[in-house]
Amino acid sequence: MSDIATIGSIRQRTGFWRRAIRHPGFLIGGAISLSVLLIAALALIWTPYPVTVLNIAEKLSAASIAHPLGTDHFGRDILSMLMVGAGNSVAVGLVAVGLGIGLGGPLGLLSAMRPGLISEAVMRASDLAFAFPALLTAVMITAIYGPGTMNSIIAIGIFNVPVFARLTRGVSLSVWEMEYVTAARAVGVPPLQIALRHMLPNIASPLIVQATIQFALAILAEAGLSYLGLGTQPPQPSWGKMLHEAQTMLYFAPMLAILPGICIAVTVLGLNLLGDGLRDLLDPKLRRAAKLPKT
Amino acid sequence: MLEFTVRRLTALAATLVVAAMIVFLVMEVLPGDPAEVMLGLNAQPDTLAALRAQMGLDRPAPERFVSWILAFLSGDLGISYTYDVPVSELIGERMVVTLPLALMAILISTLIALPSGVLSAMFRGRPADTIIMGIAQLGVAVPNFWFAILLILLFAVTLGWTSAGGFPGFEDGILPALGSLLLPAIALALPQAAILARVTRSSVIDVLGEDYIRTARAKGLPGGTVIWRHAVRNALAAPLTIMGLQFSFLLAGTVIIENVFYLPGLGRLMFQAIAQRDLIVVKDIVVLLVAIVITVNFIVDILYAWADPRLRQGGGNV
Repeated sequence: MSDIATIGSIRQRTGFWRRAIRHPGFLIGGAISLSVLLIAALALIWTPYPVTVLNIAEKLSAASIAHPLGTDHFGRDILSMLMVGAGNSVAVGLVAVGLGIGLGGPLGLLSAMRPGLISEAVMRASDLAFAFPALLTAVMITAIYGPGTMNSIIAIGIFNVPVFARLTRGVSLSVWEMEYVTAARAVGVPPLQIALRHMLPNIASPLIVQATIQFALAILAEAGLSYLGLGTQPPQPSWGKMLHEAQTMLYFAPMLAILPGICIAVTVLGLNLLGDGLRDLLDPKLRRAAKLPKT
Repeated sequence: MLEFTVRRLTALAATLVVAAMIVFLVMEVLPGDPAEVMLGLNAQPDTLAALRAQMGLDRPAPERFVSWILAFLSGDLGISYTYDVPVSELIGERMVVTLPLALMAILISTLIALPSGVLSAMFRGRPADTIIMGIAQLGVAVPNFWFAILLILLFAVTLGWTSAGGFPGFEDGILPALGSLLLPAIALALPQAAILARVTRSSVIDVLGEDYIRTARAKGLPGGTVIWRHAVRNALAAPLTIMGLQFSFLLAGTVIIENVFYLPGLGRLMFQAIAQRDLIVVKDIVVLLVAIVITVNFIVDILYAWADPRLRQGGGNV
């Protein structure tokens, strides 16, 4: 029985990759996302120049071999700043999505497995949370606790909790009614084991897809907060902060305002393409629809 | 329908109260002493005492909450600590900028998104569809404040057609005032239009597969009539819901866009209030924005149920 399951799982995986290499959106999105991740990881150990050291003598210098993307008004290397900015964005995205899945996932599962008061509370709480856009929540939190990366991550992450709670609840409800789960319940498998071994693998796909979308939204929200001066604080560079500083120099150094924006847009585009691709590849209904003749 | 409306109204009132409670908790209870937050650690004791008295901090939190809500409902939003004028007056002045901006953004977004979404659905799988959806994909990825900076770079810096920001006010005429809101509204509308176009496309594609569309085509109705009279009308429910949800993002977006263009709107007021630690103003604006979002979603719920009777039975809880 377990051999058959293993063969089925291997077939599924090879089928996924066979379809994946023919999906241009998934490939482009995956390549962009992977590149950003690698750049972010590289920035942790190496950048061409230190980003906190000012070099006024070389301020606003044009692109050259020494500084491939030029320098800013403090003489800092733009390429190095963009690399560190990538690391900052990836960190914010990871923690914010992790917070969303880590708290929202179990809440959603619990509300699907224990309908009634918990389920109703999760639904109403998520209804309520949708009234507080991430940016507004972040503004409120930073008004009290001051600006900073951690506070902005918490604010963005809090907004992700109801998103994942609602999604997990929605997809878990149908899995909870499946025969194999009913069978596991009937033979007395503990609820935690049912959740981890039988339900989680079957609800992972939509959660992964949503995670890429929320990751992209978190990067946008963090960039917005940093642009306002409420997110990442100097001297740590961030794409949003770089855009804010560049706005005052639009007349004589427009590239300073263009490059960080391109980084944000390309990263978000990559994550969105990856999310769309994963949804196409992981959702059997969409796979079937793709095979149908177009109307 | 009446029963559904009453049910939703009750839920609306409950959500509003709980939302106000959360804002009150975060802004007035969790920080410990909000007066100290506002004035900083080096504040003089008598200044602190005066502010505590103005904010009524000597009273228990539940009592403060109830009196704040009652005052809020009667239009008394307190006195701004920084500006020393009633907050309602400040909000009223700034609403004159934010409201037209938000409405223009919704209008622009709808005017771009609905025709593009329908066209994309009509030409599904063809180059027009690929191009429109490609642009939409890009539109979702571009942050609105960066797009705003690019618009300034093009129209103010390079072409010199308009100023890089500011608002002349309505005293010199409506057109110059609305003209100064045009670029901000476009910047605000773009990501919303991209999302709305994608939703409209998929909704129209769903409807185009329905039997009654096939029947309309079979009886020889012209393609345009089938699309615009039968398909689009029935496909509008999903885009309408998304527009309701987008309203909250749009309001939040004004906080950034008003700062990019230095517009004296509600978003910029909130930003300035944060910088000045004027919690009285921040609290009132947050509650007001949240109340607007909840109310707009309620109106969308009602419109949706009016258009689709099946939702009235389930209470609209999807």
